[in-house]
Amino acid sequence: MSRHVVSFTVNGVPKRVELEARRTLADMLREDCGLTGTHLGCEHGVCGACTVLVDGEPVRSCLMFGVQAEGCAIRTIEGLAAPDGTLNVLQRAFRTHHGLQCGFCTPGFLMLATWLLERDERLDEAALRHAVSSNLCRCTGYQTILDAIRAAAQELDRWEDSAAGEARR
Amino acid sequence: MAAMKPAAFDYHAPATLAGALDLLRGEEARVLAGGQSLVPTMAFRMARPGILVDINRIPALAYAEKRDGALAIGALARHAWFETPRAGGPLGRLLAAVVRHVAHAPIRTRGTFCGSLAHADAASEWCATVLALGGRMRCASATGTREVAAEEWFQGVFTTALQPGEMLTEVRLPLLGPDWRYGFAEFSRRAGDFALAMAVAVLRVEGGVVRQARIALGGIGGTPVLAKEAALALIGAAPTDAVIATAAETAAACCDPQEDIHAPAEYRRDLVRAMTRRALRQALAA
Repeated sequence: MSRHVVSFTVNGVPKRVELEARRTLADMLREDCGLTGTHLGCEHGVCGACTVLVDGEPVRSCLMFGVQAEGCAIRTIEGLAAPDGTLNVLQRAFRTHHGLQCGFCTPGFLMLATWLLERDERLDEAALRHAVSSNLCRCTGYQTILDAIRAAAQELDRWEDSAAGEARR
Repeated sequence: MAAMKPAAFDYHAPATLAGALDLLRGEEARVLAGGQSLVPTMAFRMARPGILVDINRIPALAYAEKRDGALAIGALARHAWFETPRAGGPLGRLLAAVVRHVAHAPIRTRGTFCGSLAHADAASEWCATVLALGGRMRCASATGTREVAAEEWFQGVFTTALQPGEMLTEVRLPLLGPDWRYGFAEFSRRAGDFALAMAVAVLRVEGGVVRQARIALGGIGGTPVLAKEAALALIGAAPTDAVIATAAETAAACCDPQEDIHAPAEYRRDLVRAMTRRALRQALAA
């Protein structure tokens, strides 16, 4: 069946990969690019563990084919920390607030939260809860994940206090 | 669960609609738009298309704008676009209210409005909404184009009026004037998951009396259905709580909900009553 050559960037680094059309973006990142930070949970779009950013938007990388990434700018968990390994604000907040336990779902939550913190609109409690409902975590019970993203948003001055948020906390 | 990988297929990404329609002449060909429903079914190998025609490289299909007095939604209009009203008046606000219930943000960035209509999941919010609005589907093939009304579109479980070789290129929704009201309510066990029942109501109120009304129900059987008797119960009446209750009761009595692993039929009937009441209350709130 058809094989294709795909050119794209991952975390700013140009890549050129030859693959089968049926190779998902997630498998392309893990198998062809060696970037195993993107985790595959359910492989049918339910759990969100494989969330990456494609041209700035969050995407389930198990529901896109690698061949479709032609010309795209992809960002993965490997691109968050500084080259010397220093964690960024969001990663530090996850550590401080115990936003992870086993860590399997964490790359997906971090990429989803990266998008939330980079949008034009400031983040508030309702938008945070609505967005985070897209990803599954079987360890934390979610409260610490919300705490971590909220803290990162506050540190980056992207947080908007809302009456609804105060009532829920 | 064992690793789930799609079966092999030939992949094409044409740059024009004509190119895509030519490829769709092949019997094994399927359209790949957002892929948020097709790719999971391929991962489960419930779908094994021999050819995928990726339409994401056809910019002419990426639009959702007013054309000829309707909102014309092209095959590449993503769910997320509707989070900001794409039409003035109640229509844009209705679509913006509904889209919050369509899966999750990372699905909405890629999934398409027309893709939902072509996939025709019984629990699709867009399918029930298009039925409530009386939208029209534009289908194109290498040999011509035709239009199908929403009432004729949904033919069974995951089955539409789309013929082999055809592609759903556009959905047209009638604009709603300022005297139209809308309401949407659904019940699902988990945020963003498939609803067990939903109701979409659009009505025109003039002089304190309901003049026109359409109510569509979704998630309860193989296809979305119009609750015609419930809509009739509203017409000519001042929308009081009692009238709304009667309409909701009628919707529940006249629908034919299916039992499945998620809920018994009677539970769904109860949800239809509650969702119809909520949708109507929303629509008729001052």
